[in-house]
Amino acid sequence: MTTSLDRIFNVSLVGVGGQGILLTSDVLALAAMHAGLDVKKSEIHGMSQRGGSVISQVRFGAKVHSPIIPDGQSDVLVSFERTEALRWVHLAKPGAKILVNDMDRIPVTVSSGLQAPVQDLDRRLAAYPGLKLVDANPLAIQAGNLRAANIVLLGALSAFVPFAEEHWQSALRERIPAKLLEVNLRAFAAGHAAVG
Amino acid sequence: MKKLLSANQAIAWAAYRAGCRVAAAYPGTPSTEIMEHVAEFKGAIDCEWSVNEKVAMEIGVGASLAGVRALVAMKHVGLNVAMDPLMTFTYVGAIGGMVIVNADDPSMHSSQNEQDNRSLAKFAKCLLFEPADSQETYDMVTAGFELSEKYQVPVIVRTTTRTAHTSTIVDIGSGERGDVPGIPYVKNAQRNVAVPAHGRLMRFAVEKRSVALRELTETTAFNRAESGAGELGIVASGVAYQYVKEVFPEAPVFKVGLSCPPPIERIRAFAAGVKRLVVIEESDPVLAEQIRAAGIPVVEPQTELRMMELNPARLAALRAELLGTPALEAPKPEAGIPVRPPVLCSGCSHRGPFHILSKLKTTVCGDIGCYTLGSAPPLAAMDTCICMGAAIGAAIGMRKAGLPNQRIAAVMGDSTFFHSGMTGLLDVAYNKIPITVMVFDNRITAMTGHQENPGSGHTLLGEISTQVRVADVARAFGIQRVHEADPYDLAALEKIFLECLDSGEPAVVVVRGPCVLHEKWAGKFINEVDAVKCTACGACFRIGCPAIVRGAAKDPAGKRFQSRIDPQFCTGCNLCAQVCKFGAISPAK
Repeated sequence: MTTSLDRIFNVSLVGVGGQGILLTSDVLALAAMHAGLDVKKSEIHGMSQRGGSVISQVRFGAKVHSPIIPDGQSDVLVSFERTEALRWVHLAKPGAKILVNDMDRIPVTVSSGLQAPVQDLDRRLAAYPGLKLVDANPLAIQAGNLRAANIVLLGALSAFVPFAEEHWQSALRERIPAKLLEVNLRAFAAGHAAVG
Repeated sequence: MKKLLSANQAIAWAAYRAGCRVAAAYPGTPSTEIMEHVAEFKGAIDCEWSVNEKVAMEIGVGASLAGVRALVAMKHVGLNVAMDPLMTFTYVGAIGGMVIVNADDPSMHSSQNEQDNRSLAKFAKCLLFEPADSQETYDMVTAGFELSEKYQVPVIVRTTTRTAHTSTIVDIGSGERGDVPGIPYVKNAQRNVAVPAHGRLMRFAVEKRSVALRELTETTAFNRAESGAGELGIVASGVAYQYVKEVFPEAPVFKVGLSCPPPIERIRAFAAGVKRLVVIEESDPVLAEQIRAAGIPVVEPQTELRMMELNPARLAALRAELLGTPALEAPKPEAGIPVRPPVLCSGCSHRGPFHILSKLKTTVCGDIGCYTLGSAPPLAAMDTCICMGAAIGAAIGMRKAGLPNQRIAAVMGDSTFFHSGMTGLLDVAYNKIPITVMVFDNRITAMTGHQENPGSGHTLLGEISTQVRVADVARAFGIQRVHEADPYDLAALEKIFLECLDSGEPAVVVVRGPCVLHEKWAGKFINEVDAVKCTACGACFRIGCPAIVRGAAKDPAGKRFQSRIDPQFCTGCNLCAQVCKFGAISPAK
């Protein structure tokens, strides 16, 4: 079964190095390919392992040209952490779904006192009507491994992306090592249920 | 067979399918993954991490002259290092197909400059491809091997960070290894020995070849006109083509895939069919200048397009200027978000020596690697950083300039030392320069993602190999004052650094400690702060460890904070306890 789309669908995934963002966007892009769509996945990760911000963008549709999503045109923004959600919220379309892992990774500039933390983070995030906080960490632990929090978020994202279940399943099976597959399938289902 | 591949992966697949037999590279973002993916085909392609890009290029040259297909890969500044062999190899000419992948980095996501290496292809009179996605990268590398053999020319494929790290769908055909027999080697000094008498003959051959390459570029399907509507015609190359198709969907476009030499006559014909011609290319106006020089009028827009990566929003601004359409409306970013810069990891072996260099007010000529992060506050322990290996030459120059500060050090990592620091160190020894060369040896090429090097004891394929000790190299060069030091013992480091910096003679200190990310080591304990003893003096914050975070406010005004140690990030390296004068930091119970 293939998916047909009359426009380009844009997803931006943001967070901090080490949170599994690139694997998550890999699975999303593979699912798009399995759904019979053209797809581009673009990421900037030069110094990500050393605590920097990471951003990955996935676009799919009948024919995708630019690998970069223009600001304000992401149909869904997925943030793996709350401060990064606010940093990148301008990527989202007005009213777009904004899925945020309900956790904080404090920037070292703040924890060491060089910069002030974000003022009113709760209130400023809540001002976006599409915001949906996801308890990805506890759900991942329930599924069997905290490190599957990224796949919980992918499951949540899947509720807003027009792919058939089989395409998600085949992409997960292709990209996740066999011994971690069961945990990740549970994490994916839990994420989907959390926003369903 | 269709696969979702980054351009870097597509290059490896193309090399495998095209029967490439030899591949060599030095790691550098965004090109690093190319050789890691080539290594997946290790039985078919002989591949290695070379010591530097010049050696990689020379390996490609030798393989090509021996009649087999060769791939070399490097980032843009790596090609600077490899220009010497390239500039004469282009005279000698390829025999087996020779493809050079050069990854430019517009916007300098991970580089010290933004040079546009398309100019170097023109300089070297080579062919240059500019792919716009992974499929084109695959096709251009494949064609590159064939054209290199047909025209006896080195072929450069210029990716950029955006194409290198974007995954798109690629048809890799059967996916099977291509059967390409090597070309039998024939000894031929007139052809392969570049001495003046032969070089003059080659010089004429290069010009003759350039005529043939200009004919090729006027006929190849990699250059094509795409029809459209409207008075504005666009010439576009590389990933800029994708932004053009997105933002100017109706416009006639001339897509340049083989951009050196440029297809001037076809662009002239295309220009004749439109009222105005604009050239959209990433970085320097390489194509625009050549098109203008051929007498074809090109619009020079006001919109700035020469610096940093292009994107759809920037092209929308150009469209607004040229066609009067509205610019893209985008929401404004939220203000007041603290930055998240890359930092030295907690437990990093570079932190201690930088702390001591800073404390001793040393003038530090730095280099390229993770340790360049030591230039940032609060360590702020670096005066210069130019290019791979430049630390030592720059430090020699500072000493010769008569800098009042007697304490001058050159600092570089192990991989950088092997890449291009050894020659500088030999200059120190030979010319008896009283500086201290410090090699921060974490036994891996860390910044680009942990690639093996001659100090790590392993090859690209993970085979056990010689493990070169930097101290042995220094002694072999005749330097008398050579130390190895533990990065986690601050008192001992200070003593050794002082002795060397104030010795008035050439000295080498090798600070040896494995990369904490690579070997994932952890100490036997994690530290905690005693809230009774902590005076909120701030000393531990000045080592810049991400595990040391703000604790409770100490003074009544609430301005100075005690420290707290985040147990999630503490590795037990114990540097913080050594800088605390009040004994407030000790292992957690």
